[in-house]
Amino acid sequence: MTRLVRPVRWGAATLAALLAATACGGSGGKGKGDATGADASYSVALTEPDHLTPGNTSSSYSIDVLNGVFDTLVVLDPKDGHPVMQAAQSVTSGDQRNWTIKLRAGQTFQNGEKVTAQSFVDAWNAAAYGPNGWANNYYFGNIEGYPALNPEDGKAAPAVKTLSGLKVVDDLTFTVKLTAPFSPFPMTLSYMGFAPLPRAAFSDPKKFDVHPIGNGPFQMDGDWQHNQQIALKKYAGYKGPRPAAAGGVQFKIYANKDTAWTDFQAGQVDYMVNIPPAHIPEAKRLLGDRLLDTPSGTMDYLGFPVFDKRFADPRVRKAFSMAIDRKAIVNAVYNGAYQPMASLLAPNVPGYRKDACGEACTYDPAKAKQLLTQAGGFNGPLELWFANSDSTYEQWMTAVANELKQNLGIQQITFRKIPAADYSSTLSGRKESGPYRQNWVMDYPNAQDYLEPMWGNGNKMGWQNPKFLDLVKQANQAADPAAAIRLYQQAEDVALGEMPMVPLWNWTDYSAYSERLQNVKVDPYITLHLDQISVK
Amino acid sequence: MWRYTARRLLQAVPVFLGTTFLIYALVFALPGDPVRALAGDKPVSPSVLAALHQRYHLDDPLLVQYGKYLAGLLRGDLGETFTGQNVSDLLRDRWTVTAQLAVTAWLFELVFGTFLGVVAGLRRGKAVDTAVLAGTTLVIAVPVFVVGYTAQLLIGLKWQLLPTAGTEDGWPTSYLLPGMVLGSFGLAYVARLTRTTLIENLRADYVRTATAKGLTRTRTVVVHTLRNSLIPVVTFLGVDFGSLMAGAVVTEGIFNLPGVGQQVFQSIQLKEGPVVVGATTALVLVFLLVNLAVDLLYGVLDPRIRHE
Repeated sequence: MTRLVRPVRWGAATLAALLAATACGGSGGKGKGDATGADASYSVALTEPDHLTPGNTSSSYSIDVLNGVFDTLVVLDPKDGHPVMQAAQSVTSGDQRNWTIKLRAGQTFQNGEKVTAQSFVDAWNAAAYGPNGWANNYYFGNIEGYPALNPEDGKAAPAVKTLSGLKVVDDLTFTVKLTAPFSPFPMTLSYMGFAPLPRAAFSDPKKFDVHPIGNGPFQMDGDWQHNQQIALKKYAGYKGPRPAAAGGVQFKIYANKDTAWTDFQAGQVDYMVNIPPAHIPEAKRLLGDRLLDTPSGTMDYLGFPVFDKRFADPRVRKAFSMAIDRKAIVNAVYNGAYQPMASLLAPNVPGYRKDACGEACTYDPAKAKQLLTQAGGFNGPLELWFANSDSTYEQWMTAVANELKQNLGIQQITFRKIPAADYSSTLSGRKESGPYRQNWVMDYPNAQDYLEPMWGNGNKMGWQNPKFLDLVKQANQAADPAAAIRLYQQAEDVALGEMPMVPLWNWTDYSAYSERLQNVKVDPYITLHLDQISVK
Repeated sequence: MWRYTARRLLQAVPVFLGTTFLIYALVFALPGDPVRALAGDKPVSPSVLAALHQRYHLDDPLLVQYGKYLAGLLRGDLGETFTGQNVSDLLRDRWTVTAQLAVTAWLFELVFGTFLGVVAGLRRGKAVDTAVLAGTTLVIAVPVFVVGYTAQLLIGLKWQLLPTAGTEDGWPTSYLLPGMVLGSFGLAYVARLTRTTLIENLRADYVRTATAKGLTRTRTVVVHTLRNSLIPVVTFLGVDFGSLMAGAVVTEGIFNLPGVGQQVFQSIQLKEGPVVVGATTALVLVFLLVNLAVDLLYGVLDPRIRHE
């Protein structure tokens, strides 16, 4: 019998030895991230992107990477959001419709090819060509010639492959003709979808998608290893305004943000953006000023099916809005990490007014009840619609349901939880029978990017207001940005006056960095300033 | 035995066709337009929608889609994901991770499970036995994500003995912790099975005879009793190897291992038929092979069992 006891100790000893032996592997596993000085690289936690070809992705994870690899024509000033030239030297127009873009001379792609006007025109044509099926196709819809590249039924191949509105003038100049005057145009050029492409992107698109070649301060260091990592290294030939301060960046891909957060705490990754709200209290306690926050362009709204008789009266919608305690919900569901909103625009959009909505977005149960009574009350069961993509949606909808029950006396409330894949098309088809969750991720910080897609023609609420449409149109044509903002604000007031959709809260972006890094700054427009960060 | 093996392998063909079709049909029946779903709240131009529908045969009826898929399969082409990745490359990468994880977990179950079982069985009623019993009950009772997160926080984060997540350090370092978590459940079963059957067999006549013949205790236990006790354990280990390969969605998620489980989970959400079918069909084949191997092993362990 005694003989059998010995192996127990032996077994335990091997396990211990095994653990000890691998322990060095555990903490030393940062690879090249361990170096210090100018050539040192750092790591960033990322979620798997969909594509790495700028015209073919609108995923923020792709854009986080591409921001290092490509220089867009303009960037936005972190203070007031006005366009600052980057790959462009100037973007000008006399009539807000015909735009001339001049490029900064001497730029090269990371394979040595010169960045020319043609590199931009080719990239834009490829994205605008329907049969390519690129994700950013829609962003080229206001350039002349777009319909010819995108036949409505999509069956027959288009006869032309290039946008008639794009003309190359010389090596460094091209012109853009829009379908209508559009003053925010220079601002939209900060979007990654408008980045230039070298010829290599067209000769071998598959290869390019895993190994993009751009004009930015970093170049790919090997191919994208799906679900594992994307490595970037400093591009020595970069002559633009934002040279890289570090030797390289390693994006580590996580399928799960909670795991990324644990790995960050274990010191396995240096920088993490979009920390889930659930971890914010812990992060505040642990990190102090190494936790950064900035309002994002992402908003949550509650939309109403205005086409449904029961929601046709603005007073009903206002009553709903005033019966919802935004602050309490944000605290309970998102640990206070998000900001309650009384504006249709996100706080980082020029023209944002903190209290645009006023009383109608203020929690006041008595007034809400009174408004609903005046409007004739609410009859029948109420259905609340949301997608099943995140468990917090149901949590906050439950809170909303309780408040509506308590404050407005609506007894029969049920949930319609729709598969994420179906949600958008359900709403576009106006199949919703009650208030629904609307989320919006900003493309570029302009009031137009909120007002027109969500409240403009063909909106999900079935709301139509000629005055609103006219104000947006005027704003789009205004040459002076300040005048444009005033007009957008007037349009916002019209939408807020009728409340077909009410603002709920704005997502705050939280990012955290390790003690190895310095010069980490957050900016309401760019999640990651890869070029500025350096290793101590 | 060869005829038996051949027959079993032939049976795999209709199973293969049936499962591929069934799974393809199930994915087909999932609601929602995958192209629209990929775009989220952003608008998709009709021309892009049409182009992508055509590229991925989304407008074809089920039988035509399946036919095209099978035709591709015969040429060795498993198709493409919606992000343009080659499915066979994708699955190869994923299977490598899952196989390493499954083997780690399985070895952990096998070695420590049988070992604990034997110890407990031999010292029945003693403190060791009670401890094994209590420990295994606890492991079976606690859900895997609790075990996973706790192990990750303690061993990975607090004591920093093993990496918290990822596959960067390769096999075995990166796979030890997730393997232990994944294998803990099976380990508990193996330990209990081994213990019970061992105790049963220790009372058998042939053990008494062996002891009477003057064989050492070790020989009696290891060669005679253990071998006879292993049949239920081998059955369990075989089937369990299959389910370990089936991908541990939760464990892979906690430890950020890009394995098959996670891929299937994501692809179902994206309605990516070719990936789901490819991964699950391979799984079915693994199950069939493992079961065959288990059946053949019976014959080795117990010469009375013959396969005709």
